[in-house]
Parts: sequence; C-alpha cells; structure tokens
Amino acid sequence: MSAIEIVITTIGMAVIALACRAFFLVSNQDLPMPNWLREGLSYAPVAALAAVVAPELVMTQGHVIDTWHDARIFGAIAGLAFYAWRRGLFGTIVCGTGVMLALRFSLGW
Amino acid sequence: MARRPMFREGAVEAIPMGIGIAAWGLVAGVAMVKSGMGVPLAVLMSIVVYAGSAQIAALPLIAAGAPIWVVWVTTLCVSLRFIAFSFHYRPYFAHLPRRRRIALSFLMGDSNFALFSRRFSEVLPGHDHEEYFLGSALVTFAVWQISIITGIVAGHSIPPSWGVGFAGTMALLALTCTQLRNPITWIAAVVAGCAAVAAYALPLKLNIVVAIAAAVAVGVLANRTPALRKWVKP
Repeated sequence: MSAIEIVITTIGMAVIALACRAFFLVSNQDLPMPNWLREGLSYAPVAALAAVVAPELVMTQGHVIDTWHDARIFGAIAGLAFYAWRRGLFGTIVCGTGVMLALRFSLGW
Repeated sequence: MARRPMFREGAVEAIPMGIGIAAWGLVAGVAMVKSGMGVPLAVLMSIVVYAGSAQIAALPLIAAGAPIWVVWVTTLCVSLRFIAFSFHYRPYFAHLPRRRRIALSFLMGDSNFALFSRRFSEVLPGHDHEEYFLGSALVTFAVWQISIITGIVAGHSIPPSWGVGFAGTMALLALTCTQLRNPITWIAAVVAGCAAVAAYALPLKLNIVVAIAAAVAVGVLANRTPALRKWVKP
C-alpha cells in the first residue's frame, strides 16, 4: 500500500472502532432491545476476550499445537492458578510470564 | 487529585494493569514498524485508532497489500466487542451530553472495561462513575501510547525471545478471569475459546465473531433453562 492508501485505511479503521464503541451511547433514547439479546450481550465481553486469548495460547502458525512441551500452556496455567489464589491482575501477569520465560530459557520449550 | 476521589481510585486501580498494557503496546509498536509502514504512519494509526487488537490484525493485511475493505471488515470483526462494552456503559453515562458520551467512548478498552465492571456491577447512586472511568481510561491511554510509540521507535532492538508479547496475552487472560462472575460465564468463555480456535482458519478474523455468537447463544439458552437459572446471578 502507498502512504496515502495507508492514511485512508487508518481513518476508516478509526471511524469503525469509534462507531462500535459509541454504538449504544450515541442515541439520547434507549434503543429497543429484546430481553434475550440484553441477556446475551452481557456474555459478549468475556467471549471476545476468551476468543482472543485461546488461539494465542494453543496455536502456532495457524495450527493447534500437538505437544505438551510448550511453555505458553504452563505459563497460562500458572497465571490462572495465581488469579484463583490472589485475584491480583499484576501478579497474574508476572507469574504467568515468569513461568513461561523460565521454561523457555531452562528447557528450551 | 485530592478533590477528585473517584478519578484517583480509577487511576490507582488501572496501574497494576499497566505492565500488561505496556507489554502489549510494545509488541504492537514493534509489529507496526516491522510491517514496513514507517514511523509517522504507525504513530498516526496508534493515536487515532487506539485499538490494539484491530491494529495488530490489520498489519499483515496492510503489509500484504490487501484491499482496503478487507482491512476495514477485519477491523469491524475485531471491534464488535466494543458494541457490547457501549451497551454496558450506557446506564452509567446516559445522563451526560451526547458529545461527552462520544468522547468517553473513544477511551473504551478491554482493560478499563474489566476494571469498571468489576468496580460497578450496577449504577450506584451518589457515585461519580464518569470520574472513575476517566481515571482508569486516561492512565491506560497514557501507558498504551507511550509504550506503543517506544515500540515503534525502538522497534528492531527488542528481541522476540523476551516473551514481551506473552505478558500481553497474560494481561488479557487476567481480564478474562475478572469477567467470570457466575458458572454460566465460565461455560461461555470456554465455548468462545474453543470456537475461536476451531474457526481460526476463517478470513477477516471471523473466528472472533463466531466465538461471540456461540457464547451469546449459550448464555441466552442458559438464562432460559430453569435448571440453570440459579447460576445466572452471581
């Protein structure tokens, strides 16, 4: 892409991202919404986060990993265990990343 | 700060997430500059789009010279979750002027959504929700922009083996955990994770859309199944 095409692409991306973020905040009236969708939407944020995280943990180059010798899985388990124990965001990140790095540098996983 | 206690509370609670945001921003910055778009365009994109996952999804497409509409549809698929965020925020911000609501929505992100929904599960009369949101959102914005611009500028001198990107993934994992408020959300999260992996080969990041749709369907069905209803409320 040329620079001008990238600028156009970027502006479009900014508009799309802002339109999604403002979707339910633009109107002064509440939008009519069936109850089932209201209930369902409350599950969308957790679903979207899980949908981004899961492939990062168990996939490499678009394929599901077929070995247990992957430091990411044990890092994720360590992070989850820390969260279950302490509920701390900072500790979860540090603990998960620490275990992943330890396995990667000590065992070469 | 002393006269804005809710702003302060939001800002302080956003700081622990800072390490994850910083890691994620650094990785996004390095990825942007390695895609060959050049420093000024990369900085422009990170400031006006301000959506890390959309930027990272768009980069390989831009580098490969994909049609512009493909980049836009991909951005839309990755940004659909923001619609759910705006739905959640509406009761807290509905009393504000429209311009103000739209300005606030620019600052929405995964991190401050998770913090906000953990702090306020319903509208609390007498609490300034906007102040809390601004506190956490502005800290997040500052950390994100500083780290992504550092990544863009320092780019090639950060070795991938440091696993900086994994810290970003762990931050998202921690955010996912904060959203597990009842057993049905656990099921929704597992269904979404499996669906996203199974549908990974779809173009345009449609796997995220498939995952959200599957999880919403599970949530709706669970809310309507009498035997499961007792689990729906936290």
